[in-house]
Amino acid sequence: MTKLTELTIAQAREALKKKEFSAVELTKAYIDEMNDKRKYNAYVFETPEKALTQAQKSDEKYANGTDGVLEGIPLGIKDLYCTKDIRATACSHILDGFEPQYESTVTSKLLNAGACFLGKLNMDEFAMGGSNETSYYGPAVNPWSKDVPLVAGGSSGGSAAAVAANMCAAATGTDTGGSIRQPSAFCGITGIKPTYGRCSRYGIIAFASSLDQAGPMCKDVRDCAIMLNVMSGYDAKDSTSAKVEVPNFEAFLNQDIKGLKIGIPAEYRPDGLNTEISALWDKGIEMLKARGAEIVNISLPHTKYALPTYYIIAPAEASSNLARYDGLRYGLRVNGEHLDNMYINSRTEGFGKEVKRRIMIGTYVLSAGYYDAYYLKAQKVRRLIRQDFINAFEKCDIILTPTSPVTAFPIGDKSMQENPINMWLNDVFTVSVNLAGLPAMSLPMGLSHDGLPLGLQLIGKAFDEGTIFKTASALEQDAAFRKGMK
Amino acid sequence: MTGLIIEGKTASWEVICGLEIHCQIISKSKMFSGASTHYGSDANENVSFVDAGMPGMLPTLNERCVYQAVKTGLGLNAKINKYSEFARKNYFYADLPQGYQISQFKYPIVGEGHVTVDLSDGTTKDIGIERLHIEQDAGKSIHDMAPDKSFIDLNRAGVGLMEIVTKPDFRSPEEAGAFLRKLRSIVRYLGTCDGNMDEGSMRCDVNVSVRKVGEEGYRTRCEMKNVNSVKFVMQAIENEAKRHVEVYESGGNIEQETRQFDPSTGLTKVMRKKEFAHDYRYFPEPDLLPLVLDDDYIAKVKADMVELPDAKRARFVKELGLTAYDASVICENKETADFFEKAAQGHDAKKVANWLMGDFFAMLNEKKVELKDSPVSAENLGKLVELITSNVINGKTAKDVFAIMAETGGDPEKIVEEKGLKQVTDMGAIEAIVDEVIASAPDNVAAYKAGKNNLLGWFVGQVMKKTQGKANPAIVNKMIAEKLN
Amino acid sequence: MAIDRETVRRIAFLSRLKIEDDKIADTEDEFNKILNWVEQLSEVNTDGVEPLVSVNDTNLTLRQDEVTEGNQADAVLKNAPQAQYGYFTVPKVVE
Repeated sequence: MTKLTELTIAQAREALKKKEFSAVELTKAYIDEMNDKRKYNAYVFETPEKALTQAQKSDEKYANGTDGVLEGIPLGIKDLYCTKDIRATACSHILDGFEPQYESTVTSKLLNAGACFLGKLNMDEFAMGGSNETSYYGPAVNPWSKDVPLVAGGSSGGSAAAVAANMCAAATGTDTGGSIRQPSAFCGITGIKPTYGRCSRYGIIAFASSLDQAGPMCKDVRDCAIMLNVMSGYDAKDSTSAKVEVPNFEAFLNQDIKGLKIGIPAEYRPDGLNTEISALWDKGIEMLKARGAEIVNISLPHTKYALPTYYIIAPAEASSNLARYDGLRYGLRVNGEHLDNMYINSRTEGFGKEVKRRIMIGTYVLSAGYYDAYYLKAQKVRRLIRQDFINAFEKCDIILTPTSPVTAFPIGDKSMQENPINMWLNDVFTVSVNLAGLPAMSLPMGLSHDGLPLGLQLIGKAFDEGTIFKTASALEQDAAFRKGMK
Repeated sequence: MTGLIIEGKTASWEVICGLEIHCQIISKSKMFSGASTHYGSDANENVSFVDAGMPGMLPTLNERCVYQAVKTGLGLNAKINKYSEFARKNYFYADLPQGYQISQFKYPIVGEGHVTVDLSDGTTKDIGIERLHIEQDAGKSIHDMAPDKSFIDLNRAGVGLMEIVTKPDFRSPEEAGAFLRKLRSIVRYLGTCDGNMDEGSMRCDVNVSVRKVGEEGYRTRCEMKNVNSVKFVMQAIENEAKRHVEVYESGGNIEQETRQFDPSTGLTKVMRKKEFAHDYRYFPEPDLLPLVLDDDYIAKVKADMVELPDAKRARFVKELGLTAYDASVICENKETADFFEKAAQGHDAKKVANWLMGDFFAMLNEKKVELKDSPVSAENLGKLVELITSNVINGKTAKDVFAIMAETGGDPEKIVEEKGLKQVTDMGAIEAIVDEVIASAPDNVAAYKAGKNNLLGWFVGQVMKKTQGKANPAIVNKMIAEKLN
Repeated sequence: MAIDRETVRRIAFLSRLKIEDDKIADTEDEFNKILNWVEQLSEVNTDGVEPLVSVNDTNLTLRQDEVTEGNQADAVLKNAPQAQYGYFTVPKVVE
């Protein structure tokens, strides 16, 4: 029999309804996995008692037939989400001991749907990083590691590791430049970053406000649809959240994709692209073709400028968003003789290297005399990047690309430690989507020669996650990645 | 010409000044959160998690603040920008929880406009408005509660502000003072800001430079922050301009700097040099979308506009026959103007104005009460004037009646009735008394007839005495003269 | 646009971060490396392109003027490293 923790949300939900096991039993099974797999450093704060209390309530709800969509489903929550009375630190020393007195909109929707929270998941500090190595609590470890510990990806590395290692039924992530999709690819799970504005950002600790989006990271495509349905919706508390109807994403699964136009951007196959990844992409194209989809060659000409654009806009917004961490109202305070010394001491000790680097770059590109050359220029290029997608979507319905140019790499990789740009280059296939505000999913499609997961990315039109789900469910069936794992 | 010319040793200098005024917007809740704007609550009680800059908190814009800004913009004869953007102004300070202030930078909600001010020499001058933008207020740091600590209260953090920036059009302290009074009057009329400089709901930054008479362009200016009364603003301009002239004339140079005005000495001292000037790193606020207003919205605000002081004053002169001076005094305050209009309704407006500005204001002053708490209502003041114009009582009696009204708040008609103060208008009754007085003083009648004309007053006085002042002196006068001649 | 040591110090101060003197040179190098890299953007012709402020296609929604929050000083102060008499407290502020 399948272990309880291997069940998808959809499977567990059905079994719970049939009373094959209780929510408490399911939660306990996950708590056992968490205890057994601490080596992955996926959780930075565990809340087993709270989870069990919630599970008990869920069992009552199943008993009296008032169960919600996610009733009794144990989830892990990225530490970027504010959770009332439960520590939220963005995995930064500067938020030491911070207990929000409010609940983020997304987590309250999950709670209202009946989910129980197992704890807070590891991540890169303030979501700045692509390997989870900038976390104050140390890196999450990729459950696919063999001899050498590999990164789980980032920034939602803890979320990806926890889902891959069955330490939660599903997890929340956030994605500013690839932070859901890249770790999903590295850990062989499915994650979707919805359209900007689909999920409320209220109560999610901000990194770069115009790029940040919440999204689910799950065992399969259907679970992503179930989770995203709960997480989505207009929220008056977030002025950037969209007043757009949320369709039933599950209804798109298994729909026929015959005649669907799949865009293949030439710019995503640069010289020297990893041959395995290139081959995987071709395999994906063939699968879709075999199902009657039409393959269309498209061009996204400003692709190569997406990373530098991103590394101006994201740090600029971050430098301002992180100004509130000053040791005054919450978190770490390192005293100083005067107010300014207190600020400097607290921030210098509280922030890690990558965060400081980005704050300073952001401060610089916004400062007097440089704004036009950097920030304003980047905003203009951002418009061109978005326009590329608008033009491309006149020719196709959805775009297929690799998620990442690399597979999970060893923790402490020297070239990336020495030159931050080398780390940033890993986001090459994911950042454009954030700059354009579009939805995109990474789903596991195969393994590399050394047995590491490889992912493909589906990029949809704004608010057309439905087509992504439709296409992803076809690819998922054909690739049969999860079956291959056993 | 009301420009201030400073005569130096080497040249004549003119003063150049511009103002930036922060007006606290009247609204129930804050600009970007649902916390109350109430003043005087316990520390940190009117604070939402948004105001406290808690992680993950997001601003949501209060419609009322937009409405108030548009209304004020219309009151400043200014262009309303249908497209505006919020921007973050980044700096660290203890009472700025987010580490940035949400303001507007490139695209303010209100553009250029003008305000006409009246000057002491009877002329008027148009002062240009550069822009009006909306932004959030900071909290308060209290430095005098303990020797080694500052205390932070965020109740004010996030309250809506309008920052009004004028063009450098002021050429004298007087012009700046007249403008501030006018602006205060306008925002109070509109109900967009209560305009109390001493309570900080209206705060003024003053930019001053000087130049030789006839010189083109502008010289370096200095800014004085938070000068908190009209008088201090005028003093700050004058003294700062004189300082500039002294520096230039002794061969020095003025450096661009921020200075602090000391109300106890009237002088300014340096606060921040330019090299330590902030670099605010403005950029569009990514948590808020652009603010787009349509014609319907602006039309709706327009429909809610009240008559502003200039228009009201012109109407009072034209339709009610007030002098320009009386009209401008009455119109400075909307409450006063409203009180006046109510009192003058159906009565002699000029007389009502005289009473209002004379005995009525004197009474308020003496009793130290505000207009809204006046014991004498507008209606009763009107009635009193009516009693005079319709000859029911004379002017002297009216003063006595007014004194009673001020004490009791009573209706003048009732007072006159109850105390029997009505003028005797029964000619027969007056004639009987006149005859009686004439009959009782044959010597004086003889003396009058012999040419001692000034005895007429004595006769009138006697009659008035006998009627307890209720006879109309003009009628008595006429009757006695007729009888004796 | 290469940046110098003074600029690094100024940016650090604007960011309220301290860089030890022996790290200034490294930071300067790293900064220049990154700035060189992002300067690829100068190749892009952006004449007549409006800066993209928001990917949302809608306009700002406004909130009604109602008091919905407050009277929660305890919750606001709960995480304060230092507080007294209902206030946050900090080392004396000097101008």
